[in-house]
Amino acid sequence: MAQAHSPLPAQEESQGEPRSALAELHADPASRKRFLSMMGGAGAASAFSLFLTACGGGGQQQGTGSTVAQRQRPAPRPTDMEIVNYALTLEYLEADFYEKVQASGLVSGAPLEAIRVIGEHEREHVQRLKSVAKDLGKPVKKPQTRFPLQSQDQILKLASTFENLGAAAYPAQAPNIRSKELLSEAISIATVEARHAAKLNELTGKTPTPDGAFQTPLSMPTVLAKASPYIVTA
Amino acid sequence: MSEPELAAPELASVEVHGVTRGAFIVRGVLAASAVYGVGTVAPFVGEALARDGGADVDILNFALTLEYLEADFYQRASGLSGEAASLAKRFGDEEAQHADALRATIGKLGGTPVRKPTFSFPGGGQRAFLKLAQTLEDTGVGAYNGAAPKIRSKEVLAAAGGIVQVEGRHAAAIRLLNGAPPAPLAFDKALDRATVLGAVKPFIKS
Repeated sequence: MAQAHSPLPAQEESQGEPRSALAELHADPASRKRFLSMMGGAGAASAFSLFLTACGGGGQQQGTGSTVAQRQRPAPRPTDMEIVNYALTLEYLEADFYEKVQASGLVSGAPLEAIRVIGEHEREHVQRLKSVAKDLGKPVKKPQTRFPLQSQDQILKLASTFENLGAAAYPAQAPNIRSKELLSEAISIATVEARHAAKLNELTGKTPTPDGAFQTPLSMPTVLAKASPYIVTA
Repeated sequence: MSEPELAAPELASVEVHGVTRGAFIVRGVLAASAVYGVGTVAPFVGEALARDGGADVDILNFALTLEYLEADFYQRASGLSGEAASLAKRFGDEEAQHADALRATIGKLGGTPVRKPTFSFPGGGQRAFLKLAQTLEDTGVGAYNGAAPKIRSKEVLAAAGGIVQVEGRHAAAIRLLNGAPPAPLAFDKALDRATVLGAVKPFIKS
């Protein structure tokens, strides 16, 4: 896999809400290729191009893009292998993040204890998903990650972003899953991501239920676009 | 099969309206449930229904009963203060929206929504309230997670997924107010129906 240029640009100070991620993926064939081969499937590739089409190739409307894409035409249904590797990639990303946060020494007290416990959960998710991926085929490689780590406040906001992203990613895939085994695993992980999100929202002064009564599901391309700035290589 | 008089008519009407094929076996199970008690027979209901198109309606009605219970619980809250008061208000509204969404989905599938039961909850002030809230929310999460693999329709699974994530968020927020870990385990448990009924039965009056 070709080394992509650093995808850690201007969004660092915007608290983990990478505005330019989609534009970057659209403009940069290397990072797009990295990303799609990471998922290892034509399903993800076509879902992604559909997403770009739905957004008019721009990416300015990242916040609403997924909704548009989902409403216009359903993305091709990913295979279980694609879904488990997608989930595994997200869990790798989270686990790595918490490990690096702990090593940074920037977080202390009760938030550090929360980070430690949540990080341990993410590692367990990785192990479980890796084992399911082995049953289904070949687990995706652990991605190399890079995170902006500046202060406790900024780190907790980024953590909240990741957990809310995870909590939104799983329910979008549940209806696509064919294997009952994978569905059961995914579900038991999904609600823990939701619990983590509520905890991180508490630590960052946000409501535990920012979407209201129903978690807004986020499609695979949307989630990957938001995660990609933190993935250096796949 | 003859139908004995049912002690739990609201449960029976659910199945009778919701099931198109296999009503025969379902009625049999329900009759048995009425005679021997819901807790005894409940685990078999899901299995019998899983082979039938009415399974989703049955699952949705079970979820609807739980949402009714949670909504009622929060809406009756009194004497709460601070964060507990505001979360109870917010969560009560959200549970009521879950009940509305489930009723609509049941209708779409051609089923009949279960009647809202009458509930009764113990008093005892804010501490007791939050403790029970934690039990109910954790049970809600486990109930959805237990039912999900039995759901057949993708649309129903998507709806349930959007709801259970919010149940998980509620559970975590209430746990934080109780000084309990928001996510006690790395994997949430899937609860079978008998376990869920055992947990909520004390609060269902009729």
